[in-house]
Amino acid sequence: MDKSFDVPERLAVKGVTRRDFMKFCGFMATVLGLPLSFAPRIAEAVAAKRPTVVWLQFAECTGCAESFIRTTYPWAADIVLDVLNVAYFETIMAAAGDQAEQVLDDVVNKEKGKYIAIMEGAIPTKDNGVYGQIHGKTFLEIAKKVGQNAAAVICVGNCACSGGVQAAAPNPTGAKSIAEATGLKTVNLNGCPPNADNMVATVVHFLLLGKLPALDDKGRPLFAYQYLIHDNCERRGHFENEEFVKEFGDEGAAKGWCLYKVGCKGPETHNNCPIIKWNQGTNWPIGAGHPCIGCSEPGFWDNMSPFYVQKS
Amino acid sequence: MARVVVDPIPRIEGHLRIEVEIQNGKVKDAWSSGTLFRGLEIILQGRDPRDAHLLTQRSCGVCTLVHSLAGVRAVEDALKIQIPPNARIVRNLTHAAQNMHDHPVHFYQLCALDWVDVVSALKAEPGKTADLSNAVSGRPQSKKYYEGLKGKLKAFVDSGQLGPFANAYWGHPDYKLPPEANLMAVGHYLDNLRQQVHAAQMTAIWGAKNPHLQGHLPGGVTVIQQLDADRIAHYLYMLKEQIAFIEEVYIPDLLAVAGFYKHWAKIGGNKNFLAFGDFAEGDKEPETFYFPRGAILNGELKLAPVDVSKITEDVSHAWYEGDKPLHPSVGETKPLMGDALKGAKPDTNGKYTWLKAPRYEDKVMEVGPLAQCLVSYVGGNKEIKENVDGALKKLQVGPDALFSTLGRLAARGIKCLVNAKRAEKWTMDLIENIKKGDTKTFTSYKLDESTSGMGAGLADVARGSLGHWINIEKGKIKNYQQVVPSTWNLGPADAKGQKGPVENALIGTPVADPKKPLEILRTVHSFDPCIACAVHVIDPHTNEVYKFRVS
Ligand code: SF4
Ligand code: SF4
Repeated sequence: MDKSFDVPERLAVKGVTRRDFMKFCGFMATVLGLPLSFAPRIAEAVAAKRPTVVWLQFAECTGCAESFIRTTYPWAADIVLDVLNVAYFETIMAAAGDQAEQVLDDVVNKEKGKYIAIMEGAIPTKDNGVYGQIHGKTFLEIAKKVGQNAAAVICVGNCACSGGVQAAAPNPTGAKSIAEATGLKTVNLNGCPPNADNMVATVVHFLLLGKLPALDDKGRPLFAYQYLIHDNCERRGHFENEEFVKEFGDEGAAKGWCLYKVGCKGPETHNNCPIIKWNQGTNWPIGAGHPCIGCSEPGFWDNMSPFYVQKS
Repeated sequence: MARVVVDPIPRIEGHLRIEVEIQNGKVKDAWSSGTLFRGLEIILQGRDPRDAHLLTQRSCGVCTLVHSLAGVRAVEDALKIQIPPNARIVRNLTHAAQNMHDHPVHFYQLCALDWVDVVSALKAEPGKTADLSNAVSGRPQSKKYYEGLKGKLKAFVDSGQLGPFANAYWGHPDYKLPPEANLMAVGHYLDNLRQQVHAAQMTAIWGAKNPHLQGHLPGGVTVIQQLDADRIAHYLYMLKEQIAFIEEVYIPDLLAVAGFYKHWAKIGGNKNFLAFGDFAEGDKEPETFYFPRGAILNGELKLAPVDVSKITEDVSHAWYEGDKPLHPSVGETKPLMGDALKGAKPDTNGKYTWLKAPRYEDKVMEVGPLAQCLVSYVGGNKEIKENVDGALKKLQVGPDALFSTLGRLAARGIKCLVNAKRAEKWTMDLIENIKKGDTKTFTSYKLDESTSGMGAGLADVARGSLGHWINIEKGKIKNYQQVVPSTWNLGPADAKGQKGPVENALIGTPVADPKKPLEILRTVHSFDPCIACAVHVIDPHTNEVYKFRVS
């Protein structure tokens, strides 16, 4: 794993001791109901401050933030209110305008190197990034400033991780991923949107173990993205038996056969959807008879489309 | 005279900036600016039409699904595809669940903090709060519960880390709720975070996942094996839970809040309303819509018919070239780029937004749940009429009160309830249909290099009337246009100087303290702005004249 992701060390460099860091890890343990071996730290943690998080939104659709509030283990309300100090998050914050801007400035100036930046959305870079502005500043300026001063930058969603939908051909605004636009190292929770459970697991991993999870070559946490959809798909047996849906609504569809011939991109897509499913295990795309569109792979809007046609 | 700029407007989808001019304690003029441009229409060109709904769904992850709905309908209209009844019902059920998610989230998460003073809740007496909840709420809580909640809130505030509640306009003189009502509302704010998770699950039953569902496609729905007794029972069970929340918590809270803010029944209104209508209960559209299509003009409670060919878009004050209003079917979009954009800094005397200004018969129209309720009220929807009349009676106000910021909030709740209750009937229709042996969920059609056609996909969704226009040539998307609810509501002035609905609604709003423009947030939030989908209705590359037909 890349050294720069070893957060305790990064924090140490910025003047935060490992001991301080472990304090809030213990606090997390109680909240998350983790093993009692964390108990000694809990006592220490009483005085601990909740780690500050800023959630920035750029060229995006807020789907990632919405996905996050669907989490129930723990409930989003508990994370936002009890576990973290979510200082800036436009979707939910009370403050507006100048007051909102001031909150963000305060975090960047006073908590330099200590806060976690979660970023959603791509950065338009054409014409110096004028296609996206908040408080008169371009997304590009904001992402750089907030990102450079953060302990870690966690990108949520295909937009932040790889440019997403606005970066699809012909990419009219020159939209780029956070890493590309700012030059920062980022953890990439890819997906459109990513599954809430994977977002929470990443934050928990960071808080409890003091470092970000191991990543694949695209910056995606291995715990979720080491899996190929196709390898864990409930319809895999039908693939092997060559039992395919040939057209939606046909006999194969009624029997739950493999969706490969109507465009399923599961054989090329890395994610744990078939294992953890979506919305508290309610369903997942192939479970609804819909082909996987490959939304956790970079460039999927161009590389995986047309979505209802078998890849030649 | 004071100029006040509120940027960012939080608790909305997307990036919005509002500028107002204040004179003698009131808003004299207002300018609404969308500050992000994404360019999805250009990206759609040349793609497979069947992919459009997946891509347009990424217009917005809050009202996720609705652009998918408009997207599949546009293709179906262009290719003359009639979807089977099961597909129609499954789409209605999923769309209804999306509304059950969207409307309460809007009220509690996005709006409530404008009316509920979280800090004041610390002064509440838990015993009295329990009494209050007994008197007004269908889900009363005990003194012990409120002691716990207050303790939690106090610890939170004492920690000095106010998180999302930091630096707001707490203590503003127009916060009118007593401390107990504030504490009760804080409890429901948290309850809603749980309720919305379940509503999202309902959409996933036949829509795979939420946000960004996968289950619709031109021709119908992908679920067929999944229309089984287990899943239908699951939906019905969760539906009952949602209806209970809306009836026992959401509606009583709306009425309780409204009771303390009756002066807001005279602030923030508009006169013209447009509703495309939705929720077909048969093959014929719009005739069988449960929420009918229509318009309300000049504040008169009278149904006016709607002809969608009379829609135009004006770009006089938006960052585009063009000097006359055009129908979206022949719309030309020549965005300013590079130097011409002058950094996209809003100029209130000139161009100030990425949003165009849609007009109907040259008139400024408000869209959204209030428009849907008003049109349904006079358009023959019995349940809407009963519920609206009931609410007006409880609050002892006349129908005039509907034309206001408060009316907008109330209409959203009422529409949500009526929509949820109707979903019970649609579920029964689905069961009946399946019992009859009809398992068809998809209509097949041909799409290849020889396929051409133009069509419109209209929908009336959580934030209002939504239209997608598609032009298919040689089996590929030639052009695609979206005219979305937030463009209608948050768009700028037109060439005649007629302001957009939000701008209009803001004019006259009292602002007690220009440094804490809470009142502005109230009216802006009552529209439930959703900006990501409103800011990409343009084509910065070609100067092409779009030719569409509107059906
Ligand atoms: S990754 Fe997908 S869900 Fe997330 S912001 Fe981008 S378009 Fe929306
Ligand atoms: S449905 Fe898709 S992921 Fe599943 S077995 Fe078939 S091709 Fe693989």
